[in-house]
Amino acid sequence: MPIITVREALRQALHEAMQDERVFIIGEDIGHYGSTYGVTAGFLEKYGPERIRDAPIAESGIVGIAIGAAMVGMRPIAEIMSVNFSLLAFDMLFNHAAKIYAMFGGQMTVPMVLRTTNGWTQLSATHSQSFDVYFAHMPGLKVVAPATPYDMKGMLKAAIEDPDPVVFIEHTLMYTVKGEVPEESYTVPLGKARLAREGRDITVVTYSRMVHLSQQAADILARDGIEVEIVDLRTLRPLDMSVALESFKKTNRAVVVTEDWQSFGTSAEIAARLYEHGFDYLDAPIARVNFREVPMPYSRNLELQTVVTVDRIVQAIRKTLS
Amino acid sequence: MAHNNDHAHHSAGSSPALLNDSRLDAATLIDYYRQMVLIRRFEEKCQEMYTKAKIGGFLHLYIGEEATAVGAIAALRPQDHIFTHYRDHGHAIARGLDINALMAELFGKVTGCSKGLGGSMHFADASKNFWGGYAIVGSHLPLAVGAALGMKMQRKDSVVMVFFGDGATNGGEFYESLNFAQLWKLPVIFVCENNLYAMGTPLEVHSSVTEIYRKACAFGMTSERVDGNDVLVMREAALRAVEHARSGKGPVLLEAMTYRFRGHSAQDTQKYRTKEDIERHRRNDPITRFRALLLNEGIATEQQLRDIDRMIDDQVEAAVRFADESPEPGHEWITQAGVYAAPIAVDPPIHGE
Ligand SMILES: Cc1ncc(C[n+]2csc(CCOP(=O)(O)OP(=O)(O)O)c2C)c(N)n1
Ligand SMILES: [Mg+2]
Repeated sequence: MPIITVREALRQALHEAMQDERVFIIGEDIGHYGSTYGVTAGFLEKYGPERIRDAPIAESGIVGIAIGAAMVGMRPIAEIMSVNFSLLAFDMLFNHAAKIYAMFGGQMTVPMVLRTTNGWTQLSATHSQSFDVYFAHMPGLKVVAPATPYDMKGMLKAAIEDPDPVVFIEHTLMYTVKGEVPEESYTVPLGKARLAREGRDITVVTYSRMVHLSQQAADILARDGIEVEIVDLRTLRPLDMSVALESFKKTNRAVVVTEDWQSFGTSAEIAARLYEHGFDYLDAPIARVNFREVPMPYSRNLELQTVVTVDRIVQAIRKTLS
Repeated sequence: MAHNNDHAHHSAGSSPALLNDSRLDAATLIDYYRQMVLIRRFEEKCQEMYTKAKIGGFLHLYIGEEATAVGAIAALRPQDHIFTHYRDHGHAIARGLDINALMAELFGKVTGCSKGLGGSMHFADASKNFWGGYAIVGSHLPLAVGAALGMKMQRKDSVVMVFFGDGATNGGEFYESLNFAQLWKLPVIFVCENNLYAMGTPLEVHSSVTEIYRKACAFGMTSERVDGNDVLVMREAALRAVEHARSGKGPVLLEAMTYRFRGHSAQDTQKYRTKEDIERHRRNDPITRFRALLLNEGIATEQQLRDIDRMIDDQVEAAVRFADESPEPGHEWITQAGVYAAPIAVDPPIHGE
C-alpha cells in the first residue's frame, strides 16, 4: 500500500469528492495563493474558479454561504484557514448549521463540511488555539478530528457524503505525518473510535495529533516493560466511548491526553464518561494532560512548557501507574 | 437609483397609474387585498391567542407592513426562494403557506409548518422554497446569498429574495453579504423593511445613513427606496429587481419604507413613540389605501370585499380550531433522531436512548 502524507490523503479525498458536480470548495486563499497548507494546491487550475471559490476575508459569510448552498442541494466544503478565525463564523455554525434540521422540524438538511486546522509553532496567543470543545458541545453538529492519513482520507469522504453539517478538524503539525493509504476510494464511518495500540497496563484516551505523541510516549515506556493501550476517538460528536471503556475495564487506569485547555475541555468530558460508565473498574484517579491554562506565549521556551509534550505524557502515565 | 424620501406622509389612496400593467387583472388585484387582510386578521388572532396563553415565547407582528410582503412576493415564481427574519408571518402567508399549519406552529403542535419545533420566529416550508424565519438579526443574509450561489451553479434561473429590518443593516453580515452577492453577481433581492425602528431604537439613532438604500452604493449595487405601504409600488419595484437578478445582472437592494402599528413584540410597552405618532402613520395603512383604490377604480365592489373579509374571518377561526385540536409533537423530536438527518448511534448511548 502506498505510504503518503496527511496532506496528500486529504487531497485524494477532495479530488474524489470533486467528481460530484454538487461539491465545491469555498475559502480564503484556496486557489490563487495555492492554499495555506497546500491541501488544495492545483485545484483552481484543475476545476476552475466556479468550484474553487477564493473568498473575501469574511468567515461568517463563507460559512453562511456554504449553509445556504447546502440547503438548496449543493455539497459545499468551506475551508477556514485556521481554527482561530472560525470564531467569526460561530454564529453561522451554531445558530444555523447546527439548528436548521431540528428547528424546522426535519424538513431541510445542511450537508456541508467545514474544514479547519488547529496548530501552533510560535504563532502566539491568537493563532495557537483549539476550539474542539466548542464545536463538540453543540447538538446538531458532527465533529471529527482524525489522526492518520488513512482516517483523514476516509473520514473526509464520509463527512462530505453525510447529510448533516460536519466540522472536520486538521492540525498544522500533522500535514507531513505519513501512513498507509490505499489509492482506491473508501470511507471510514464517523462516530467510531479505534484501538491505535494494544497494551495491558494502562489506557490512553486521545485523538488527533495527540495520538502520535502518545505513541511516542508508549514506545519510551515499552523499554521499561510498560504496555500502553491507546484509544483514538476520531470523532468527538457523537462520542463513541465503547472502545475506551472496554480498554479501561481491562487496564483499570487511564490518562486522557488532549491539546486544549483543561478546564471544561474535551478531556473533562472524556474523563467524566470514563468515571460514569467505568467507576467499578477504577484503580487510580484518571490523569489528564493538556495545554497549560494561559494564552499561548510566543517565546519558544515558554511555548514548549505550555503545550503537551511526549515527556509530560510519559510522566502522567508513570504517576497513574504508581 | 430612484428614491422617495417622503415616507411618513403618503396620500390616502394608492397609485392608480400602476394599474395599467396588463398582468394585473381584477382577480389578481383582489387577491392582493385578500392576502393583506388575511395577514392582518391572522395576526390579530395571534395577539388574542397570545393573551390567552395559547401561544408562547416571542410574538413579532407584521401588522402595518403587509403591502411589503405581498407586493414583493407577488414578483416571484414558485421556483424562486425566500429567506426571512423572525417577523415572518406576513411572508409565509404571502407565499401561500397553509394558515392551519401556521397557527398550529404557534400553538406548538406537530401539525405546524415546522412540526411545532420552531414557533413564531421559525416558520418554514421547504416544499414552497420558503427556507425559514431566522431570529439572529441579519444572520440569514449569508444563507440567502449561498442559496443564490447554488442556483447560479446549478444553472437555474431562480432568484432568492431575503427580508430583513433596518436594524439588520448595521451588522457585519449585511456588508459581507452585499459584497459577496455583488462580487459574484448572484441573483439575490435584498428587501430591507425599513419600519423606522430596531426594537425601540429609532432609525436615526442606530444608523449613520438613514437612507438604507444608499448603503448599497459602497458595493456598486443597484438599489432603490420605495413606498412599502403601497402594494402595487412594491410589486413594481420587486418585478424590476427580480428581472435584474434573473437576467444575470446581479443583486438588488430594495428599501421598503413601512411602519409597524404594533409593538416590536407582544411584550413591548412602546415607550419610544407616542400614540399620535402611530395614529399619524395609520393614515398610511396599506390595507385602507388599497381598499380605497379597488373601490375608487371600480375594480371591486364594497360587497365583494366584505365577502372576502368574512371568508377570511372564518378561515382564521378554522385555523384556531385546527391548531387547538392538533396533537403535540412526540418525544422522538427530543432524541438524536430529531436533531440529525443521519443520527449515529454510539455506545454508551446519549441519554441512554
Ligand atoms: C444578533 C441579534 N442581536 C439582537 C437581537 C434582539 N433583537 C431582535 S429583533 C431586534 C430589532 C431588529 O430590528 P430590525 O432589524 O429593524 O427589524 P424589525 O424588528 O424592525 O422588523 C433586536 C435588537 C437579535 N435577535 N439578534
Ligand atoms: Mg425595523
